[in-house]
Amino acid sequence: MPPAGARRHQAGKWRGHVPDETRRSTIDEIWNGLTEAFRRLGTLDPALVEIVLLSFRVSGTALLVSVVLGIPLGAALGLSRFVGRKLVTALIYTGMGFPPVVVGLFVYLLLSQSGPLGRLDSPLIPDLFTPGAMVVAQIILSLPLVAGFTMAAVLGVDPELRQQVQSLGATRVQAAWTVLAEARSGVVVSVIAGFGSIISEVGAVMMVGGNIEHRTRVLTTAIVLETRKGNFDLALALGFILLALTFLTNVAMLWLQGRSLDR
Amino acid sequence: MSEWLYQLENLTKEYGGRRVLQVDNLQVRRGEVLAVVGPSGAGKSTLLRLLNFLEPPSDGCIRFLDLQVTADRPAPLAYRRRVTMVFQRPVLLDRSVGANIRYGLQIRGCRNEDHELVAVLDLVRLRDVVHQPARTLSGGEAQRVALARAIVLRPDVLLLDEPTANLDPYNVGLIESILRNLNREFGTTLVLVTHNVFQARRLADRVALLLEGRIVEVADVEAFFQAPQDPRTAAFVRGEMVY
Ligand SMILES: Nc1ncnc2c1ncn2[C@@H]1O[C@H](COP(=O)(O)OP(=O)(O)OP(=O)(O)O)[C@@H](O)[C@H]1O
Ligand SMILES: [Mg+2]
Repeated sequence: MPPAGARRHQAGKWRGHVPDETRRSTIDEIWNGLTEAFRRLGTLDPALVEIVLLSFRVSGTALLVSVVLGIPLGAALGLSRFVGRKLVTALIYTGMGFPPVVVGLFVYLLLSQSGPLGRLDSPLIPDLFTPGAMVVAQIILSLPLVAGFTMAAVLGVDPELRQQVQSLGATRVQAAWTVLAEARSGVVVSVIAGFGSIISEVGAVMMVGGNIEHRTRVLTTAIVLETRKGNFDLALALGFILLALTFLTNVAMLWLQGRSLDR
Repeated sequence: MSEWLYQLENLTKEYGGRRVLQVDNLQVRRGEVLAVVGPSGAGKSTLLRLLNFLEPPSDGCIRFLDLQVTADRPAPLAYRRRVTMVFQRPVLLDRSVGANIRYGLQIRGCRNEDHELVAVLDLVRLRDVVHQPARTLSGGEAQRVALARAIVLRPDVLLLDEPTANLDPYNVGLIESILRNLNREFGTTLVLVTHNVFQARRLADRVALLLEGRIVEVADVEAFFQAPQDPRTAAFVRGEMVY
């Protein structure tokens, strides 16, 4: 058995001089992953379709809830002055940096059979290891991002604008709506950031969903699993599909943003 | 029909405990052009915001037609919509010129605004830029859009906060002629804040001097400039420092 020093030396050498075959095989793997991705997409591989649909269902539902709650919340924080506004803002900014795995842990503890919410056995509260639990965790992750970026966007609008549109006859609600419309680029960014943070997130869905085949397996958890099993082709294929779908979703949102309010 | 449109009584406005406006008595007559002059910080813009019912007075009362506005009685929307203001620093919406001008009509639920839009665009000579994004306009064009989006609403009262500051003579002449026509043809009451005594002379029926939040003198334009009653007015008219 060689001394430890020698082994370390060998290891360093191996890292420094990647043999040509290894390098080629990495490129091959990427290539294979791409072709595999296209093949599975082209044939509408049912296993893949199931995973993609669940990913979008979970993250889409979480995003929808985050947008419906987060944009009005962010706008209200940006437009009004009330006692405790600073505290709420600090909480939201903290939430924007929540580590997904920690959120997963909290939701896990809350929803588990003996947890404070799981114990209630209410039909409104999802069980652990269901898509509902994953939605809950992802709402906690994306809501602060949507609210925080929306608030920043609204604060960026000229503060005099609100009074000027009121002078033109706007009601309070119309004025607030107009300010939000002025902040529209930032509001779209808030939605994109919220979506990006959850569609690509693995820690929380793994923790509360459990990556159960046909039930809670989504793109990110499938990638982790296939990588562990050594199926790099498949893992890469899933990775490309995730990237491509995220890209297309963002293009669609930006297209919506680009449509002006000019009529 | 009473002769006055506004009647201000013991009106005060404070910000953070500091009194910036105290008008014991001021009337704005129906259909007149009232110029408000005074040094920077005198409270001219604050007075206009109160006349536009954008902020409540701290104390006192604004009578407008049959309405009484006090600290805890704000103006209802229908009254607020009869008055509009062109701000000292107009902020346009990040939309096209046309959309900016249509804004006030749209929030009133008006459809088919195209006829009004075309008429007002011709008036301010902005027909060529109607589809241009407002943020790309020159300073003079932006100021004309701000005027256009106010006058398209046909308000009873138009409040103007230095509408021609920083403009070239062409734009000043254009805006002054628009204002004169508005007043003569539609009987729109104008309250015009200006730093320019010559402009006050050209446009106003009456002039008020505001100094440190108080009205020093209100008089017909000739009397104000030819025979001022208050020594501070005389100094102001001569272009001397009065503060
Ligand atoms: N929202 C506000 N909060 C606090 N102070 C204010 C506010 N608005 C105005 N003031 C103060 O009230 C005073 C009068 O301001 P105002 O804008 O009415 O002056 P002005 O006569 O229009 O001056 P200018 O000719 O420079 O525009 C100023 O001292 C200003 O600092
Ligand atoms: Mg001012």
